[in-house]
Amino acid sequence: MQQEGYEIPTPSKVNYINAQYGLKSWLLTKDHKRIALLYLGSVTAFFFFGGVYAMMIRIELLTPRGDFLSSATYNKVFTQHGILMIFFFLIPAIPATLGNFLVPMMIGAKDLAFPRINLLSWYIYILGGIITIWALLSGGVDTGWTFYAPYSTTFSNTYVVLTGLGIFINGFSSILTGLNFIVTIHTMRAPGMTWFRLPLFIWSHYATSLIMILGTPVIAITILLLAFERLARIGIFDPAIGGDPVLFQHLFWFYSHPAVYIMILPSMGVISELIANFSRKNIFGYKFVAFSSLAIAVFGFLVWGHHMFVSGQSVYAAMIFSFLSFAVAIPSAVKVFNWTATLYKGSISYDTPMLYGLGFIGLFLIGGMTGLFLASIAVDVHVTDTYFVVAHFHYVMVGGTLMGYLGGLHYWWPKISGRMYPEGWGRFAALVVFVGFNLTFLPQFVAGYLGMPRRYHAYPPEFQVFNVLSSAGATILGIGTLIPVIYLVWSMRYGRHAEANPWHLPGLEWRTPSPPPTENFIVSPVVTWEAYEFAPPEEMEVVGTTHHRPLEDAPVAGD
Amino acid sequence: METGWISWLPEAASTLAGKVDALYFYLSGVTAFFTLLISGVVIFFVIRYRRRSPFEIPRPVAGSHKLETIWTVIPLMIAMSFFVWGTNVYFQQARSPKLAQEIYVVGKQWMWKVQHSTGQREINELHVPKGRKIRLIMTSEDTIHSFYIPVFRIKADVLPGRYTDQWFEATKTGTFHLFCAEYCGMNHSGMIGSVIVMEPKEFDNWLAGNAGNQTPAAAGQQLFQSLGCASCHGVSGEGGRGPTLAGLFGRQARLTTGTSVVADEVYIRESIVNPQAQIVEGFTGIMPTFQGQVSEDQLLQLLAFIKSLHIENPQQPVPAASPASTSAQPRPTPQLNPK
Amino acid sequence: MAESVTAEHEVHHPALQHHFENLEQQREAGTLGMWIFLVTEIMFFSAMFFAYTLYRYKFPLEFASASNHLSLKLGAINTVVLIVSSFTMAFAVYNAQVGRQRRLVISLILTIVLGLTFLGIKAVEYHDKYKDNLIPGQLIPGHKYSPATIHLLPGASPQYTEMFYWIYFAMTGMHALHMVIGVGLLSVILFFSIRGRYDPEYHNPVEVSGLYWHFVDLIWIFLFPLLYLLGRHIEHGGTPLH
Repeated sequence: MQQEGYEIPTPSKVNYINAQYGLKSWLLTKDHKRIALLYLGSVTAFFFFGGVYAMMIRIELLTPRGDFLSSATYNKVFTQHGILMIFFFLIPAIPATLGNFLVPMMIGAKDLAFPRINLLSWYIYILGGIITIWALLSGGVDTGWTFYAPYSTTFSNTYVVLTGLGIFINGFSSILTGLNFIVTIHTMRAPGMTWFRLPLFIWSHYATSLIMILGTPVIAITILLLAFERLARIGIFDPAIGGDPVLFQHLFWFYSHPAVYIMILPSMGVISELIANFSRKNIFGYKFVAFSSLAIAVFGFLVWGHHMFVSGQSVYAAMIFSFLSFAVAIPSAVKVFNWTATLYKGSISYDTPMLYGLGFIGLFLIGGMTGLFLASIAVDVHVTDTYFVVAHFHYVMVGGTLMGYLGGLHYWWPKISGRMYPEGWGRFAALVVFVGFNLTFLPQFVAGYLGMPRRYHAYPPEFQVFNVLSSAGATILGIGTLIPVIYLVWSMRYGRHAEANPWHLPGLEWRTPSPPPTENFIVSPVVTWEAYEFAPPEEMEVVGTTHHRPLEDAPVAGD
Repeated sequence: METGWISWLPEAASTLAGKVDALYFYLSGVTAFFTLLISGVVIFFVIRYRRRSPFEIPRPVAGSHKLETIWTVIPLMIAMSFFVWGTNVYFQQARSPKLAQEIYVVGKQWMWKVQHSTGQREINELHVPKGRKIRLIMTSEDTIHSFYIPVFRIKADVLPGRYTDQWFEATKTGTFHLFCAEYCGMNHSGMIGSVIVMEPKEFDNWLAGNAGNQTPAAAGQQLFQSLGCASCHGVSGEGGRGPTLAGLFGRQARLTTGTSVVADEVYIRESIVNPQAQIVEGFTGIMPTFQGQVSEDQLLQLLAFIKSLHIENPQQPVPAASPASTSAQPRPTPQLNPK
Repeated sequence: MAESVTAEHEVHHPALQHHFENLEQQREAGTLGMWIFLVTEIMFFSAMFFAYTLYRYKFPLEFASASNHLSLKLGAINTVVLIVSSFTMAFAVYNAQVGRQRRLVISLILTIVLGLTFLGIKAVEYHDKYKDNLIPGQLIPGHKYSPATIHLLPGASPQYTEMFYWIYFAMTGMHALHMVIGVGLLSVILFFSIRGRYDPEYHNPVEVSGLYWHFVDLIWIFLFPLLYLLGRHIEHGGTPLH
């Protein structure tokens, strides 16, 4: 709509970063973008902390004998690697950094629905993190991140309750973020932003938020019961007074399986953005991709028993879980096909974010399909609790979530920081990560099928060759993840300044200066275009300065 | 299977292993096919449709319900084939055959204790004959462990307070790995051992050569006396104040609630540690619990003894109400529906 | 929809937060937010309901015996207290909607008093359990759990009654914690009501507090029969459960 006789304000030099200075203005901010940066820093710190533990594991496993770490220490190291990576990196990484930054912008809002709750959720995350680190530094925990009873309730002599407290508190951070996203997406979309004009990043985060609010309370109560059992010796999971240790597994996995979808769905949302935008094409089958996200969220709650095929559950329960586990794979497959079809007749560039996006497709394929091996009970009986499972979940979590995170970080870096990262280094790092990652985890599939159990710090010599390859790969992978930290930090000071829409894309987040002003948009947007509707650059400028095409000329994109 | 000096597959040493491997090959083949196919298509598109001019906008491509249906239904059918095949093999593995030689296994931090039905005991080793069906009845003394024999492709958790079982039939002689596959604390990676498969004749010799140990059933009989079980259930399990145990195992037992249950290992074990949970019809709950007074090993021995009790003379009437009963009315004969 | 130009010169309600377009949007967001929060609370309690179902199925007689030992009188009084408090809460919300400040304040005070009454009676019940040594495990040093005071139904094993009591304390304890939070929340609302912050145009905080309060009441309405009533028919000579 033309705004005759109305002066369009010129974008000023004030943006959300330089609007206010001082530590207090950051630590007491209500701006979702600043909170996203607070998360970015803390999430990165936890990633490298967890990465240090990973390196210790891989160094130990270079040789068949347990000669680098004592048995007790090794058990703590793999436990803590799992806890830090899962609860303090993988679950918050994309939603709390990219999600917090982008959800309001993509829907044309000024902020999330509850900005103070957003800040509170960061403080809760930090509090949970500090308590967990305190437990780790006091002596650590050695139960495995899965905390199975009765080992965790009765036999472990480590800081189980304290670590549990840290994770319990951290869970509320997840719940509040999810709550905020759902309310925001429902109630604060800009005029004209209908549900089916939303970017698929928003659909993914909506589905993720559903899982966050429904699943996280269950792990909270599970940890509480575990703590009570340990402190008061009540006997909830103790067979001597009639309790059932397998009950713990049911309660634990009821959350922890949907949790893995909390980790992957946001990444899939990022990939949808990368594939569509770097092919300059509408996503093929937009509605199918959108509904697949919801289907994954729903089905994800029905399959927890596939972690328990050998724990003594009934044959019929096992069959049902197996069937549903195959069913939950189908929406993911549908997404992969739709992304591939999006590339057809596109205009594809090889920028760093796209490299991560394409890498995701290959790695997620392998990770997802090896999941099907695990859904087949007969094979699962052989490979469960071996390195086959370790390889599977690292393919989806690192090959999936981490690639999406890095890809998204690079893609939106100009918007977040106002600077471009160095493209050559970006492509190089992506390649290093891809190669390092595959070298680390592909041999583990073989070792697993050969029978190498997980959580072993000493192993029979015939498994050594796979472990050496894996450790070599891990070193390369570790270096590959360090390189972006260096050049991204460098770019904040020395990088080329980025304009509002450096990639020339139609999304609402690109229709405002880089970095954006605190209130996100100079003029509140009114949306009259479909999702991923590409147009010449002059039609995709800052909102309020655009000449919109008449609707009749708009091509029909997707459904 | 070995290529050069690396082996890619473990040996297949049981009747099950080949079936699991066949399924694994099918899964691997389909996975490799789709990974190569889709990666290939992606790489092809990425090269063929690379950007040629900076601001070009390709024509949007309309979606296609037909295509969406095809690539939903076909993966679903393939997934169902995995499911059906996997479940089929799983059924064969999940149900222990009736006529199998039983071996008892007790896991504890951090060792495996094995006892054959002839009394032979082993630690961290399991000698078995080739070509015979073996059923393992297992429990744990402390945390959850898992008994894993890769070359047989079998694994099952062992739980405290419960019996679990699994079975196999070995097809190759040799010495193979035995691993604990559920994290159980400090020496989890040390809780490993060997499964030694022998030719049947050699195995019988080995078993006989190591005789002199008391069989579990004989040990159980001694416990049956010393713990006072005989005073209510009779020296040979003929019954009295307590229900008849001779011939009980494997048959239905009628309970005071009106339902019937099969008197299997779980039932017997529970009757000893928690007798109030299921009371046989016609009796009141006066049996004391032996929880904490008998170890898992001893429970297995009692179990072996009770299994060995047969009805001496099917015509012999079972003794009726005893004066020590607490109820005023005479108790009817306990019903055991013969199967 | 009308062109949404930043309307700097419009007068807006002092309670409107700057990131919302108007009060209606703010109200909608607040209400939806509270409903979602209540969904998370349902999931939180559901794990305990699941444990309850499982263990009641395993130990029906022990559960019935232990349940009969609870004070039916106090439990019933508490149920009535909470239901009445939900009524006074609903009345408070109504008064906020029609702008009757005095009645709003009185209704809130009544609701808080009833909530505190509930907690007081709960404290009495907990004290009774403490005296009877029915606190599970070794939670209270020196007062290990002992089923001696429970009248066992025929066939019940004394050691499994502990199962009932940990579930009882976990569920009613969680519920009581939520009541305490509710009383705190209503106190804040009361404070602002006295200050005259709410009017017919803006009273969403009262509404969403009402939602929370009704939810906590609803949880109790499930807890009461499941915990207090499950064995009463046996006590009065009915047939034993299987």
